Amino acid sequence: MPKTLYQKLWDAHVVHQEDPSSPALLFIDRHLIHEVTSPQAFTGLAERGIPLRRPDLTIATVDHSIPTLVGRSFPLKDAQAQAQIEALEANVKAQGIRYYGPDSGHQGIVHVIGPELGFTLPGQTIVCGDSHTATHGAFGSLAFGIGTSEIEHVFATQCLLQYPSKTMAINIHGALPEGVTAKDLILAIIAKLGMDAGTGYVLEFRGEAIRALSMEGRMTVCNMAIEAGARAGMIAPDETTFAYLKDKPLAPRGQAWEEAVAYWKTLATDEGASFDAVVELDATTLQPMVTYGTNPGLACGINENVPSPEAPPSHTQASDLADALDYMGLTAHQPMKGLPIDVVFIGSCTNSRLEDLEAAARVAKGRKVSPNVRALVVAGSQVVKEQAEVLGLDVIFKDAGFEWREPGCSMCIAMNGDAIEVGQYCASTSNRNFKGRQGKGGRSVLVSPAMAAAAAIHGKLVDVREVQKEAIHA
Amino acid sequence: MPKPITHISSRCVPLNKDNVDTDQIIAARFLKVTSRKGLGEHAFSDFRYMEDGSPNLDFVLNQPQYAHARILVAGHNFGCGSSREHAPWALVDYGFEAIIATSFADIFKNNALKNGLLVIELPEAVVSRLRRDCDANPALRVDVDVEAQTVVIENQAEQHFEIGAFWKKCLMQGLDQVGYTLSFADQIKAYEDQRPAFA
Ligand code: SF4
Repeated sequence: MPKTLYQKLWDAHVVHQEDPSSPALLFIDRHLIHEVTSPQAFTGLAERGIPLRRPDLTIATVDHSIPTLVGRSFPLKDAQAQAQIEALEANVKAQGIRYYGPDSGHQGIVHVIGPELGFTLPGQTIVCGDSHTATHGAFGSLAFGIGTSEIEHVFATQCLLQYPSKTMAINIHGALPEGVTAKDLILAIIAKLGMDAGTGYVLEFRGEAIRALSMEGRMTVCNMAIEAGARAGMIAPDETTFAYLKDKPLAPRGQAWEEAVAYWKTLATDEGASFDAVVELDATTLQPMVTYGTNPGLACGINENVPSPEAPPSHTQASDLADALDYMGLTAHQPMKGLPIDVVFIGSCTNSRLEDLEAAARVAKGRKVSPNVRALVVAGSQVVKEQAEVLGLDVIFKDAGFEWREPGCSMCIAMNGDAIEVGQYCASTSNRNFKGRQGKGGRSVLVSPAMAAAAAIHGKLVDVREVQKEAIHA
Repeated sequence: MPKPITHISSRCVPLNKDNVDTDQIIAARFLKVTSRKGLGEHAFSDFRYMEDGSPNLDFVLNQPQYAHARILVAGHNFGCGSSREHAPWALVDYGFEAIIATSFADIFKNNALKNGLLVIELPEAVVSRLRRDCDANPALRVDVDVEAQTVVIENQAEQHFEIGAFWKKCLMQGLDQVGYTLSFADQIKAYEDQRPAFA
């Protein structure tokens, strides 16, 4: 019987199932951990008095609460953050887990470093105590976020108890127009579906526009599968995937590489395989996207107006839209273009890879950040930061008046002191515009890196394609 | 390991919101902890407290008629967003034993059940009526029977809810899932032995 990519991965990882009503025991190939969601799992493991089963299949880094100010030094001023990082360092040492800490040259956001190390590979089950683990699905793996009890479960058993998900094909037809990016595409998908249409599903992104994306772009798309409610998003591996992974530090080599690629080529969804749900979207009509509300499903094109609670998107109730607009300080029918911006954040596991920084730098080059704007660029990892510096992107950003930071989650989650203030508008390349997410009372507008950079230069939301043609054509 | 639960009998707090995300349940600034305990005081912090830290009396959790209620009644898509288990830890630490909603986000549902926090999905009409009834009569009692999978709202017809057989067993027996899985150590070992070299 023809199978979907998801079914192939599921079948390949079932270790055991006691009876049909019981969850399957699914083997976990890769486990990524960070300082915020792991300490209680290590404590639980210690209370059981058993060892971590597969330290060789686990890696650790620090990203959420670590400061991103240049010249960060330890111990941190924030005693709680320091304690969390110390706990992680002690735990990984005791359990023999590979640790990519601040001195490693590989520290960064967990979803950025997994792929760039070649730890993330196609055909694998990948988990992390973080909902944006969906990112790794870009490689054709089954990757999903887990809670701390499940982290402890993986520590102890290298398995998880799971029921199969339903499958949803998201077929993207045609090519993305010039100046419209992976971020705009995923925001358009979520705007169409709403923030919970994917609950209970694994999404497979398919079609011409997806095939044309780089691995960076694919990661941006899968990263936000969770924002449509889906625990995992995935894209079948192809030559783009293999070319990205070849010679990455932890990727297989020699004979093992050949065998791996041969296997990975078998993973694509079979012709005729059926999905539980299918969504079709035309890429050719898309434009750069912005969010106007307090969840990622409340998004529209930059050239569109804020909807009215009298005619909300089909997935949202009038009262929820009214509440969101009230929080955002926006009124129905107001154009999004021209909205004044106070803060610009370019970073996060959605958009902090080299390609993202290059797109932003093309817009920023030779220009100045508006005097009313505070703008930050936070590379996703030390590797990305170094690559960007080799290309001189840091100089472009700094000359323009952007802050050039050390890697971490930073203002995506506002745990480390990088936060926006009450009432401020932030054009952000991150993935969540929830109330208070980037700082209590702050208002987030989710955009692509090029759109964020353009907002920084102009001090307001603009259509990057209109104001900076040369940057788009570069 | 959560303690076994079989029955809950309590008044309810109506939370008239859809899409309550885990950032609202427990804001990220409270995640810099290394223990599971004591998060209850930060649950719904941005709604519960004013700028100066005093309680916001407009917020339902601060209203005395709902004090000690152990069931929260919300809207749909409760617990969306981040995978932080701090959200159910905070709710449990606050004193909740069950959440009734029309739907829950996947990761939250798992996390809640792992902590013995019962998540009950009921139809939209039932849930919105329950919220209205609790608004009008805060003393309204709701009885949950896990074994029978029923919710009885005082003076109303009994409602059935779904919970997988495995989860039911876990909740009622306080089953340790790690211990359960370790009972299949031989199967895990056999699986590991046949994994390809590149995996
Ligand atoms: S960058 Fe933001 S979304 Fe990504 S892992 Fe960090 S906090 Fe989570």
